[in-house]
Amino acid sequence: MVYNYFPGCTLKEKAQDLDTWGRRCAEVLGVPLTEIPEWQCCGGVYPLSKDEIAIRLSSVRALIYARDNGGTLVTLCSACHNVLKQTNFDIADDENFSLKVNNYIASDGQEYHGETKVLHYLELLRDVVGFDAVKKAVKNPLTGRKIGAYYGCLLLRPGRKMAMDNPENPRIMEDLLSAIGATPVIYAQRNECCGGYLTLEDSDLPEKRVKRILANAKAQGAEMLITACPLCFYNLKKYAEGTGVEIRYLTDVLAEALGVKEG
Amino acid sequence: MASNYTVTPEEILAISGVNPRRCMKCGRCTATCPAFAEMEYHPHQFVAMVESGRIGELMNSRSIYRCLSCMACIERCPRQVDPARLIEAVRLAVERKQGGNHLIPDQVPERLEPDMPQQLLVSAYRKYTK
Repeated sequence: MVYNYFPGCTLKEKAQDLDTWGRRCAEVLGVPLTEIPEWQCCGGVYPLSKDEIAIRLSSVRALIYARDNGGTLVTLCSACHNVLKQTNFDIADDENFSLKVNNYIASDGQEYHGETKVLHYLELLRDVVGFDAVKKAVKNPLTGRKIGAYYGCLLLRPGRKMAMDNPENPRIMEDLLSAIGATPVIYAQRNECCGGYLTLEDSDLPEKRVKRILANAKAQGAEMLITACPLCFYNLKKYAEGTGVEIRYLTDVLAEALGVKEG
Repeated sequence: MASNYTVTPEEILAISGVNPRRCMKCGRCTATCPAFAEMEYHPHQFVAMVESGRIGELMNSRSIYRCLSCMACIERCPRQVDPARLIEAVRLAVERKQGGNHLIPDQVPERLEPDMPQQLLVSAYRKYTK
């Protein structure tokens, strides 16, 4: 089985920890990731309009490559995952969108109707590897560590299209935390936005949002938050200093538990 | 900068694919919006104002640049009105006009910080420029 992998722009640069440990852990768990050739940036945000077609074609090309090479496409970055999965859903669900995309790609001799299975890394762990197998592979259980999962907005929403977990009461990251021996901390703000891209223009709102998220997580006992999103990571880390809450990528913590990385 | 340029509700509906008449005015979108306090017009008002043709006021409001596209209102709307889609459509109507970009590339270098992820720049460009 080939697990095609779309790393995305940020995992090649500022979020190399998310990428490196993700690949190393996948190897150890028997599901090595194969980076697809010549992938193009997903655009970071999925258009909320109906009439933006061309900017979704880079995703379609990645999906076509994956379909023709085993049928599965794995992503790790929350944003890439959101864009690729929504593109894949809409091309199967929205006739008008599908028609326009297929008109574009016909000149490459291509046709696409959403045949690829898009998996987030967490889904790969849960549905292909299995959290029981992850648990068996743990060498350094994170016993006694109180860790909160930070989902943010892109990992689960819109729930109808992402179809990964209950968008209002998720457990996939908590189940992973349990598998690696940690104590998952549930807190209300775990699936509320960090302030996202607004931080480039005006950091007031992201600052307020992040402080609220951190205060909430800390009040519930969290000493660490894990995320799969480089933008959440950046925003959270910016205001985490002095709070006693550490911010890490989920693959970084997984690598520590699997003994792939020194803790 | 206030402008008299406006588009019709039909254009907004064509861009967004949203039917604001489905709204039952429960207010859940505004209640759940993480940018609520930063907005002059709140998500439920976007729905009502698009329906009644008050597009020009929305196009001139800073509120269109405060939506985080976090999809909380989309997830939680009991009528699938998806207010964030209307906000995006109004913002696109502004940005698609020549000179309508909200993010000016020359302003970006002074805002950069060493750890900023590429994802942040890509997303901001997607949202704030055409």
